[in-house]
Amino acid sequence: MSLLGKLNWSAIPFDQPIIMGATGGMVLFIGLVLAWVTLKGYVPYLWREWITSVDHKRIGVMYIVLALLMLLRGFADAIMMRSQQAVAAGGAQGYLPPEHFDQIFSAHGTIMIFFMAMPFVIGMMNFVVPLQLGVRDMAFPTLNSVALGLTASGILLTNISLAVGEFSKAGWVAYPPLSELQFSPGVGVDYYLWALQISGVGTLMTGINFVATILKTRASGMTYMRMPVFCWTSLAANLLIVAAFPVLTATLAMLSLDRYLGFHFFTIDGQGNAMMYVNLFWVWGHPEVYILVLPAFGIFSEVVSTFSGKPLFGYRSMVAATMVICVLSFVVWLHHFFTMGASANVNGFFGVMTMIIAVPTGVKVFNWLFTMYGGRIRFTVPILWSIGFMVTFVIGGMTGVLMAVPPADFALHNSLFLIAHFHNVIIGGTVFGLMAGYNYWFPKAFGFRLDERWGRASFWCWLIGFYLAFMPLYVLGLMGMTRRMQHYDVAGWQPWLVIAAIGVAVILAGIVCQVIQLVVSIRKREQLKATADPWNGRTLEWATASPPPAWNFSVLPNVADIDAFWKEKQDDRRHQATPPKEKTFEPIEMPKSSATGFVMAFFAVIFGFAMIWHIWWMAGVGIIGAFLTTLAFAFRGEEETEVTPEQIARFELVNGAEIAR
Amino acid sequence: MTTIAIDGGGFRETPLSAYQIAISTKRVVVGYGFWIFLLSDIVMFSAFFAAYAVLAHATADGPTGMQLFNQRSVAIETACLLASSYTCGLMQLAVTSRRYAVTYLMAFLTFALGAAFLALELHEFAGMIASGAGPQRSAFLSAFFTLVGCHGLHVTVGLIWLVVMMAQVGIKSLYDPTVERRLLCFSLFWHALDIVWVWLFTVVYLMGGLS
Repeated sequence: MSLLGKLNWSAIPFDQPIIMGATGGMVLFIGLVLAWVTLKGYVPYLWREWITSVDHKRIGVMYIVLALLMLLRGFADAIMMRSQQAVAAGGAQGYLPPEHFDQIFSAHGTIMIFFMAMPFVIGMMNFVVPLQLGVRDMAFPTLNSVALGLTASGILLTNISLAVGEFSKAGWVAYPPLSELQFSPGVGVDYYLWALQISGVGTLMTGINFVATILKTRASGMTYMRMPVFCWTSLAANLLIVAAFPVLTATLAMLSLDRYLGFHFFTIDGQGNAMMYVNLFWVWGHPEVYILVLPAFGIFSEVVSTFSGKPLFGYRSMVAATMVICVLSFVVWLHHFFTMGASANVNGFFGVMTMIIAVPTGVKVFNWLFTMYGGRIRFTVPILWSIGFMVTFVIGGMTGVLMAVPPADFALHNSLFLIAHFHNVIIGGTVFGLMAGYNYWFPKAFGFRLDERWGRASFWCWLIGFYLAFMPLYVLGLMGMTRRMQHYDVAGWQPWLVIAAIGVAVILAGIVCQVIQLVVSIRKREQLKATADPWNGRTLEWATASPPPAWNFSVLPNVADIDAFWKEKQDDRRHQATPPKEKTFEPIEMPKSSATGFVMAFFAVIFGFAMIWHIWWMAGVGIIGAFLTTLAFAFRGEEETEVTPEQIARFELVNGAEIAR
Repeated sequence: MTTIAIDGGGFRETPLSAYQIAISTKRVVVGYGFWIFLLSDIVMFSAFFAAYAVLAHATADGPTGMQLFNQRSVAIETACLLASSYTCGLMQLAVTSRRYAVTYLMAFLTFALGAAFLALELHEFAGMIASGAGPQRSAFLSAFFTLVGCHGLHVTVGLIWLVVMMAQVGIKSLYDPTVERRLLCFSLFWHALDIVWVWLFTVVYLMGGLS
């Protein structure tokens, strides 16, 4: 056994121009960013104010930056797949060899689910939930920073696989026996396993943190039935994380034991049971779908109610629908593989449950529509995304119910109809929701609004591009085209795939518009400057400055209604005569910044990389390093710093005019 | 400062100092968060239990549970672990009344009983592997070693944690609220491992011995 395990120079694919080009681009980009940051002297600032920060707002922003970068990476994979399938008809082989194409679709799915959608959703919750709850931080601020670090570690490992070795060719679900050592002897599946295992631990930490924060630390007077809907949907999503992610951890651990130590959980020999993996995977996987979409539902609820100028229609039914979905999401997993061949009764049960879970979702759609009905709607970018969502998501939901019929599913299983369906709900639901939230809360995070014109352009490109790219896939699915095909013989499929490729180009235009929107907005930030309450909002995050101080609220709010801030504004209007009260501030204890998250992430990457390449001594270094980091954290002296009343008063003096209404 | 409403909107009537508020609420929040972690850990165990239940008879013509399990050694293991839970409870009482000597003594007993449990388990594992019934033999044995081994790994982590906590008691103090909170979490963890073991004992050793 060599000192570097399985690692040697042949791990780097010098003979693959596309991969080397992508790697070169990535290394160049990271190099340029690092050089720029260093030359400008930003390193100490970034270290002090961001990397070691345990402030939930900063952590939220960093999650979203990671997610947006991974959106670009995952989208590049999408462009390659669509262009390959647009040309590889008849005898043509296209420009991507099968082993590369297989890595691309595996990486696309893995990155988009775990490293784009998840960090985006978690970042959004991190930024918004404590502000909406009217508290100063998460229940466990340092744990939050460690969770971010572990997510970033998983992302880094996945991207290292581009340059060193290979990524999994077994799809984003990594079903055995294909993902077993016998059929996937390379390091690809190991990259997949360790990247997900490490980031999964981070996600579990996030889940615990949010459940404790939402259930135990709310502003005084904020009873459950006064909690903003986004907090409710975040609570449901995090309960699902706590209940579902440990199953993924266990499942991936079993596959790892098969691959590393010759166990027989899912192997063909030794009486292993490959279908058990599929069951366990979807016991996590179906709740995961709702982990992604429930927070998006929360975002739509906030956006629709704010821009209709009305309280949300049916608040209680919205909460009930959210919690019903939360529970039912655990009893539908088998609909991902009706073709397994379980008995008709089993398939029937899961088919019916799948149709039932669509009911609370339907309740939500009607609630949003009735909120808009009779409202004075302001057509801003966030509400455009919300309306686009309502139309698109209903279509995706209905195709889902079609596939919930087991006999129909036997025809549609693993066809492009399925691909169209889940992109229809994940893009139309989660991504549209995240884009709405990004435009909605951006002014709160940075103190200036995003440019409306480029925002609208990006929305329309995304919407039209989405329909062009995915509606043809429904047709292709019905024509019998299966997923993950590197090339195909049926000439009749090609025109539809060409349309889909054009659709991807239109979505690309939407993404370009978003990049331009960000650049333009930063340059025009003086013109776009936002007050504390730029949208005439209803919930507590709009009651503090934009961007909020580290301590969120100089005086902790008292909540007397569902739309706490709206109520406060109404009351103020009624009692205009009373002069503003003389404000006195009390000192605030805030958690101290900590490098624990960063150091932990460093050792996690060392450990993960070592395990992937069988460099056992280095894995030991990673484990011991992580343990010593924990010890250093456990023995540190001061945990908190005090913000003095003078500091708070100074902040209020500068920003007071802005907050005053 | 007369009323606070940090945990769940409930109001306290008695006035508390700012210091007391910070301590009581943090203790509640930390304990609560740790409970949620324990629940998630039990979900992970349930996945391993499910795998074991599916594969319990997938012996690939190799040895079955009935041929392998030694009920006597498992009974002693169980006794050690249950007793260690008792001493852990006594330690927690000593922590609450800030008695150092009793705390150290009970921590030592907890550690010794936990280590004895672990030694017996490793001995059982070694014997099985030596007789050709290692985890590579069959899917049943893979599931067995993973489920029982995962519990054993938790016990190992618990023992390391206990040593670190005693160092913290020595270096910091029993009056340090952080140390007190962590000891609370440790004892929750240790009792949870007991609960998992009761399930494990029943599903693996009792039911495996019957069939």
